[in-house]
Amino acid sequence: MEANDSEGPTGLAALGLGEPPEADGPRRIEARMSRSDRFYRALATTGAGITLLIIVLIGVFLLLEALPAFRAAGFGFLTTQRWDPDSVPPEFGVAAMMYGTAVTAIVAMLATVPLALATAVFINEYAPRALRAALTSLVDLMAAIPSLIFALWGLFFLVPWLQPIEGWLVAQLGGTLPFMRAIATGSSLFNAGLVIALMAIPITTSIIREVLSQAPRHECEGALALGGTRWGMITTVILPFGRTGIVGGSMLGLGRALGETIAATLILNIRFEIKPQILETGGITVASGIAVEFFDAQELGLSALMAAGLSLFLVTIVINLLAATVVERAKSAA
Amino acid sequence: MSTQETEARQEATAVVQPAGGTLRGVGVSAWFGSRRVLEGVDIDMRAGVVTALIGPSGCGKSTFLRILNRMHELVPIATLAGSVLLDGDDIYGTALPITEVRRRIGMVFQKPNPFPAMTIGDNVMAGLKLTGRKAPNREQLIEESLRRAGLWNEVRNRLNAPAGGLSGGQQQRLCIARSLAVRPDVLLMDEPCSALDPTSTRRIEETIHELKDQVTIVIVTHNMQQAQRVSQHCAFFLAAEDEPGRVVEQGATEHIFGSPEDPRTADYVNGRFG
Ligand SMILES: Nc1ncnc2c1ncn2[C@@H]1O[C@H](COP(=O)(O)OP(=O)(O)OP(=O)(O)O)[C@@H](O)[C@H]1O
Ligand SMILES: [Mg+2]
Repeated sequence: MEANDSEGPTGLAALGLGEPPEADGPRRIEARMSRSDRFYRALATTGAGITLLIIVLIGVFLLLEALPAFRAAGFGFLTTQRWDPDSVPPEFGVAAMMYGTAVTAIVAMLATVPLALATAVFINEYAPRALRAALTSLVDLMAAIPSLIFALWGLFFLVPWLQPIEGWLVAQLGGTLPFMRAIATGSSLFNAGLVIALMAIPITTSIIREVLSQAPRHECEGALALGGTRWGMITTVILPFGRTGIVGGSMLGLGRALGETIAATLILNIRFEIKPQILETGGITVASGIAVEFFDAQELGLSALMAAGLSLFLVTIVINLLAATVVERAKSAA
Repeated sequence: MSTQETEARQEATAVVQPAGGTLRGVGVSAWFGSRRVLEGVDIDMRAGVVTALIGPSGCGKSTFLRILNRMHELVPIATLAGSVLLDGDDIYGTALPITEVRRRIGMVFQKPNPFPAMTIGDNVMAGLKLTGRKAPNREQLIEESLRRAGLWNEVRNRLNAPAGGLSGGQQQRLCIARSLAVRPDVLLMDEPCSALDPTSTRRIEETIHELKDQVTIVIVTHNMQQAQRVSQHCAFFLAAEDEPGRVVEQGATEHIFGSPEDPRTADYVNGRFG
């Protein structure tokens, strides 16, 4: 790094001597950094380096700890639903946990993204000006409430309250749609997803609202001046401007949904099996599975839980990379 | 009351009846918070006539212009008094929906504000889309609007490129094209040429000449030659220190520039202050 900096002037001199003045291609661009810039760059680089290092260390740690479990389970780790790592012979896999995580996350996102978007747009564009600041702080405050509180509220209020509605849905649609069938509702993946949505909505709303509020005012005025309605202004200016923020906010919400432990543990009737009927009681997610199995786990059981954790870690990273590509593509299309 | 007046005047002045709307500001005052920035402005902006608003920086020209198509109220602390009549209807009343007011009274802003992520062609069509109307012939309308704004030759081969990639002056002309595409009755232009080179400025002035029988034009300009070249009616705004802006003098442009009655007008148009 240092060598690179001091190279600056010599590089320029060499360029001046070595190449014809009217080069066809673009030239090399260099700049000599001031001492304070160099210092802060070093500081920022160190910070970024430490963060990256931590992520890598987590991955390596999980991988080493999970190796015995991978050896014992082999490829079946991905396809087995049951979780009996400490029985003889051991039989365990992440299939049920991954399925449950996916279902709860999808349900949570389907509820979160539209609601968060609508709330953000309402606060920024439709709420009376006097209310705006209060609503903004309210949403930010909700984002800071511990998930346990939402989980308790979901368990003792939302789920019982939904019971008759879900019962009615099952009665009406269960006949035609197989995934709507259920023998008993309540402690289902679907309900866990909804409760997780409760936790994801505030943070997602908060981020989307913040990004949308940065939409350039003079472009909004341009849309209105052409005779556009407020809704027209929102769709032509504000939402296109906020696309990346909407994806980013949703991803943070999804991150919360994937890792949410307490809600799933409290709501779900723990069952290590894949049930296509999402309203039916019983299921498991990776995070709640680890929480539930942790205390009884023997040696191989612990390793197996590490392996499950590693799977969740990888899934999270892949999803975030995908989101980053989506955002990039949206940006370059603009 | 005013409808009859307006009609009477139109019949009196118009030999060939010009299209476009008649806009009247009546006793217009404006505040930002508790600060009054405009007081008692009365201006008639008649169809077939280009009205120029001139005056030193900060005297309230943009504020007045923004009051004319209900942009002023978008500023949270902004308030106003008086009324603005479009063909006799108070635009601040319930006679006209606000979207209709803004569609009929178009505006080109001081700072170019195209939709940067949209293509150049879509920008021109944005007004129609926003007002929920269909263009019978999209290509033709795009070309016509861009030609009038003097931008066609520069962008004809990249109508599908994003507007954010245009230069500042090109963006301003795109905004003019965009405003023209919705066929407004009145077009408000706030220093439309301040970011333009002489050729594009000339093109915009020609457009103003061509349009003036179809659209009522109100233009704010700091360029005295431009005011003389394009306008027939001229209003001189002035705000004394810590006082709201007022119209010091208005009348036929040749009169304002040739033989102004107020010495402050004479000083300003002859470049002695402001
Ligand atoms: N959003 C705002 N909030 C508070 N004050 C404002 C705002 N916009 C304008 N003003 C004030 O109102 C007065 C008139 O401003 P305006 O923009 O109408 O002037 P102008 O004549 O258009 O000037 P210029 O020729 O520089 O564009 C100024 O004193 C300005 O400080
Ligand atoms: Mg101005």
